[in-house]
Amino acid sequence: MKQYWWKILSVALLYYTFTAGLLMKVPRIGNLEETIRNFFFHVPMWFGQMILLLLSLIYSIRYLRNGKLSDDLRANAFARTGVLFGILGLITGAIWANFTWGAPWNNDPKQVAAAISLLIYFAYFVLRGSITDMDQKARISSVYNVFAYFIYVPLIMILPRMVESLHPGGQGAEGNPALSGQDLDPSMRIVFWPAVAGWTLLGVWISQLFIRIFQLQEKKWLHA
Amino acid sequence: MGLILKKTSLKQVISLVKKDMLLEWRLQHTFYGILLYTAGTIFILFLSMNEPEGQVWNGLFWITILFMCVQTVAKSFLQENRGRLLYYQTLVSPIQFLLAKLIYNTLLMVMMSLLTLVLFSFFMGASYVHFGQFLWITFSGGVSLTMLFTLLSAITARANQHAAMMAVLGFPLMVPQLLLLLRMSKTAFGEVFQQNVFLEMNLLLFALDGLIVALSFILFPFLWKD
Repeated sequence: MKQYWWKILSVALLYYTFTAGLLMKVPRIGNLEETIRNFFFHVPMWFGQMILLLLSLIYSIRYLRNGKLSDDLRANAFARTGVLFGILGLITGAIWANFTWGAPWNNDPKQVAAAISLLIYFAYFVLRGSITDMDQKARISSVYNVFAYFIYVPLIMILPRMVESLHPGGQGAEGNPALSGQDLDPSMRIVFWPAVAGWTLLGVWISQLFIRIFQLQEKKWLHA
Repeated sequence: MGLILKKTSLKQVISLVKKDMLLEWRLQHTFYGILLYTAGTIFILFLSMNEPEGQVWNGLFWITILFMCVQTVAKSFLQENRGRLLYYQTLVSPIQFLLAKLIYNTLLMVMMSLLTLVLFSFFMGASYVHFGQFLWITFSGGVSLTMLFTLLSAITARANQHAAMMAVLGFPLMVPQLLLLLRMSKTAFGEVFQQNVFLEMNLLLFALDGLIVALSFILFPFLWKD
């Protein structure tokens, strides 16, 4: 129980998200209508992705500091789940945009930023794949991970100033679009935050499974 | 960080830069190779587009600069073989080595960017209105891209990969710089900006360069040791 309580919590929170998120009475705002429910599924993907990529960064830095291969393995696993969340976020966003903006892809800064983050981490995986030596792979890809993350952050800040936005809360906007102003009604909040926690915990859970798979692969590889 | 430039260490940096220049002078085919690569690209663009209007011109120009930059900066670390790198490790600190490479690459890239500008204006027509401004933007663009691609070149060289890998690693990362440069270039095409906006964007670009250089100095020592 000590070890897996958070998994139960994650499942419970997601149950709550799906039932309350799909059944509760939602506020009517502009042309959003029922698509506002996407808020409980799309926005937590973005939150989750950011948290998972941050974890990946932290493990990469830890690897560079102490040189333990297990830390690099974790960085890789969290990056993978982060990319998974990014893809899901893009898809849920595109479906929603199709109904509210009229087209799945609108060159919105958030869409562009999400796509770029995917490109960066795909490049990270390609780089990892191209090196055979374990230590070299860990060191070089950690360096790239740190470098890329710290350039990605200014990108998110610069992009909205350069590209027009239709995104909720984002009139060429800075700050966090999901949390600003009118679209976060108090009744939405009681589902939204549990949804963020639930999805993020699920992300950590998936990453943990990745980590265990990687460890087994490594073991098999060492004893082969 | 040990970025203390004592007299001796600066001397070592200068002699490293000199060495790279001498190498460039002796092996002129690499320099002319890149120049021909750029000229060839521009000629093909000329054949296919003739003299395009402002925005297309601008886009094509920066894409040409980008590809030329990958070729130019790529060879800075890729030309060093493993044995020679080991030799450098006994002589200089990673900070000195990176600084020397940054200086040398910047010099080379500024020259190449200006040559590209001349060739581009010759073939594709000069569709900018303010030459001086565009010259400045080209200069700062060349410098900014060099800063980014120098560390990526070191990563690529360490991974035993080719310039194509550098492009894969670098293209998503250079988006903020490229967007800023494209936006800044519009002043040179006659778009009127609010007062200070141009200056602000320029400062933002340099701040970004500063960040990249700082990250490079922090991260490069990890690529250095074996």
